[in-house]
Amino acid sequence: MFNALIGIPTVALGLLLYLVLSRSGPLGYFQLLYTPYGIMIGQSILITPIVVSFSTSALESVDPELKSLARTLGASNLQTDSVMMREAFWGVVLAVMAAFNRAFAELGVAMMIGGNIRNVTRVLTTAIALETTRGDIGLSIALTIILLTIAMSLSVLINLARKST
Amino acid sequence: MMKPHLQMIDVAKQYDGLNALDGVSIEAGKGRITTIVGVNGAGKTTLLRILAGLDVPSRGKVLIEGLETDSMKLRAHCTMVFQKTVMFGGSVHRNVAYGLQINRVSALDVPDRVRSALALVNLEGFERRNARKLSSGEQQRVAIARALALERNIILVDEPTANLDPANAMIIERAIRECAQTRVVLLSTHNLSQARRLSDRVIHLYKGRVVEEGEAASLFADPKDERTKLFINGELQF
Repeated sequence: MFNALIGIPTVALGLLLYLVLSRSGPLGYFQLLYTPYGIMIGQSILITPIVVSFSTSALESVDPELKSLARTLGASNLQTDSVMMREAFWGVVLAVMAAFNRAFAELGVAMMIGGNIRNVTRVLTTAIALETTRGDIGLSIALTIILLTIAMSLSVLINLARKST
Repeated sequence: MMKPHLQMIDVAKQYDGLNALDGVSIEAGKGRITTIVGVNGAGKTTLLRILAGLDVPSRGKVLIEGLETDSMKLRAHCTMVFQKTVMFGGSVHRNVAYGLQINRVSALDVPDRVRSALALVNLEGFERRNARKLSSGEQQRVAIARALALERNIILVDEPTANLDPANAMIIERAIRECAQTRVVLLSTHNLSQARRLSDRVIHLYKGRVVEEGEAASLFADPKDERTKLFINGELQF
């Protein structure tokens, strides 16, 4: 189920949430459309399948024999579980990183739920889209470089931390 | 007569309705290497896993120094080296020290205990190396050191040198021999030459049953059971 939701097109999720959060929608009462909270809800829904699915894979990929090994060394059930969690730690970190990058770099939800309102719901991706349509390619490129730098720096930092342990 | 340190009485274990072990009774004493031999699927690993407290027998009991024990108590007395080497992520030190730390060995003693255990398997100076990047032979030696560092009375070793080169196998066999001087060592192997080299006592397991047991020299020289004769000659079907 979660695996199927990983690749959901952001524009489809954006439209669905728009219908749900708009004034006449079932959650219209909360007035979340075109607010940062609306974007947060959308991004959370977008990344939950990534975090759940990748973290589950990380835990499942830990060799089950480690459990037996920890027990033969005298570990309690709690200590055994903590060993398994520790072995999966970097897999979970990578899941969170992938989720962050997905949310940080997506456009559909931010644009359709946030509305790209200056100083309220404008984010890097919506700003890039706006400046491109305005014809300010220089600013678009500059913002894109910032976006890429943040996303790539995070990946590099996490990889460095992983290698140093 | 002195009581055997470790006894298994009429133990059976079923998996999905199949008998992995069926009425097995064995005993092992300190200062000796008792070897379980048998073809693949004979029940050797199941037997060791029950003694290690990892599996619960469907029937029968295990006694240590004459007292019946359960899985929890067994885990406090025994440690096991698996056929498939499994390493915790991180350094060799972390792997060997883990058991000491969770058993609340003083932090001041841990480095010395790790060093001594690694020295037993010729891995001095390997403490900071990444355990998962070692060769399979070195990993198995770390696994032996990890078990020996705990200084448990009963060491269970499952096919310790399967697929290892002779140099690594020799180091592991020497470490097993050394630790057997003061502890109960139960070794499982289908490697007959290794069983001849290491064993004081041999138990032949076939289809979950003990078909013959005895002192290693006499069992190999003059096996009584037909299946043991076939096994020794490499003709036993499984």
